[in-house]
Amino acid sequence: MVDSASVLRLAPHIVFRFDETRRRWIMMAPERLMLPDEQAVEILKLVDGKASVAAIVDALAARFNAPRQEIAGDVTEMLQDLADKGCLAHAER
Amino acid sequence: MPSVDPPTAGPPTIDPPLALLAELTHRCPLACPYCSNPIELERASSELHGEDWRRVLREAAALGVLQVHFSGGEPMVRRELATLIAEAASHGLYSNLITSGALGGEREIAAFAEAGLRHVQLSLQDHEAANADRIAGLAGAFERKMKFAAAVRAAGLPLTLNMVVHRQNLDGIAEMIDLAQSLGARRVEIAHVQYYAWALENRAALLPTRAQLDEATRIVEAARERLKGVLAIDYVVPDYYGVRPKSCMNGWGRQFLNVMPSGTVVPCHAAQTIPGIDFPSVREASLADIWYRSDAFNRFRGTGWMPDPCRDCDRREIDWGGCRCQALALTGDAARTDPVCALSPEHGVIEAALTEAAAAPAPFIYRRYR
Repeated sequence: MVDSASVLRLAPHIVFRFDETRRRWIMMAPERLMLPDEQAVEILKLVDGKASVAAIVDALAARFNAPRQEIAGDVTEMLQDLADKGCLAHAER
Repeated sequence: MPSVDPPTAGPPTIDPPLALLAELTHRCPLACPYCSNPIELERASSELHGEDWRRVLREAAALGVLQVHFSGGEPMVRRELATLIAEAASHGLYSNLITSGALGGEREIAAFAEAGLRHVQLSLQDHEAANADRIAGLAGAFERKMKFAAAVRAAGLPLTLNMVVHRQNLDGIAEMIDLAQSLGARRVEIAHVQYYAWALENRAALLPTRAQLDEATRIVEAARERLKGVLAIDYVVPDYYGVRPKSCMNGWGRQFLNVMPSGTVVPCHAAQTIPGIDFPSVREASLADIWYRSDAFNRFRGTGWMPDPCRDCDRREIDWGGCRCQALALTGDAARTDPVCALSPEHGVIEAALTEAAAAPAPFIYRRYR
């Protein structure tokens, strides 16, 4: 389960990078390409195996001057979905 | 909420390719009767040299390819493999090794990991040695695969098990999923046989019954729910039992190119079976020229080539008319609607084939050089 205390990192088979040809951020798994939208890109850039979900939410709330609760819901839902798909793993604490 | 979606169909322009299947060789120690290689296997003497492959990888990256799948045959037959993985990595390509696991072990895997390999996809024929080795046509293959899987995990590389399923292993699907978990795989691909080339010759030995399929699908769906976040399960159902065709390769020349051992470039594994198309070679043209300008890649691109009932179908940009090679193999004309579509005037050929599944299985015709 992903909750506010979770610390996540990309699973080892996942690559998240900027693609020069398509001029956009991409996420790759074997046999699969995923295209994160702008909000997802901002969230994924903060998934570094160190920051907790709560810290990611704080950073985004501050940067976009948006209600924290709303951001927390969106972020947790997206990260849970990616964790269910095996794209994210829980970092060792 | 923020989304991370697969790419959707774009406007009718030619997008750059996403993936390159690099078939380094057709040589393979296994002889699986559903092999996706052509019946006429290419010989070692016609294979591209390592330096040709390095150029292909450079051109692919420049063209916008993101992923390269090193495949075959058995790609580990080629001694340059580590060098090619390093070349791919140096251009930011995500490299995946598709292997039988029947050659090599710890030493090779460590070298590949060092060179920048991202992922290994290991084939598995069944969950127990006797039937697995019978299907692979090689005694001892299963044991080698078990050791190979352990070596992959020891090197810290992510492992996907690729299980091609059919009537002669489908009943063990639950045990196959358990085995994948115990081998430390994070992902399994359970793919029903697609009936081209060797598999088409072996269809009467491989096509499952509807009851077998339904039971397997039930087991897979339950396992998928139970193993959420632990083991990702990709499941490809057999299109013979579908109502609409699969979106073969996500459309001809839309995302994917396959370079064969000799350097011939095709939009999919079986495309060479289609008569009247001159498939280009990396020996004579650049990948960019081949992708954007060759007759072969433009032949069935988009929707302009479509016959009725595809032309006016609201799914024409979802399944892209299904599979050209299947249309050819089963109707004699690659430009017809894929007959697995229930709207195809030739759909009767599929219903006839399904009666094969009720009869006793035919003996295997193993994949061999002829």
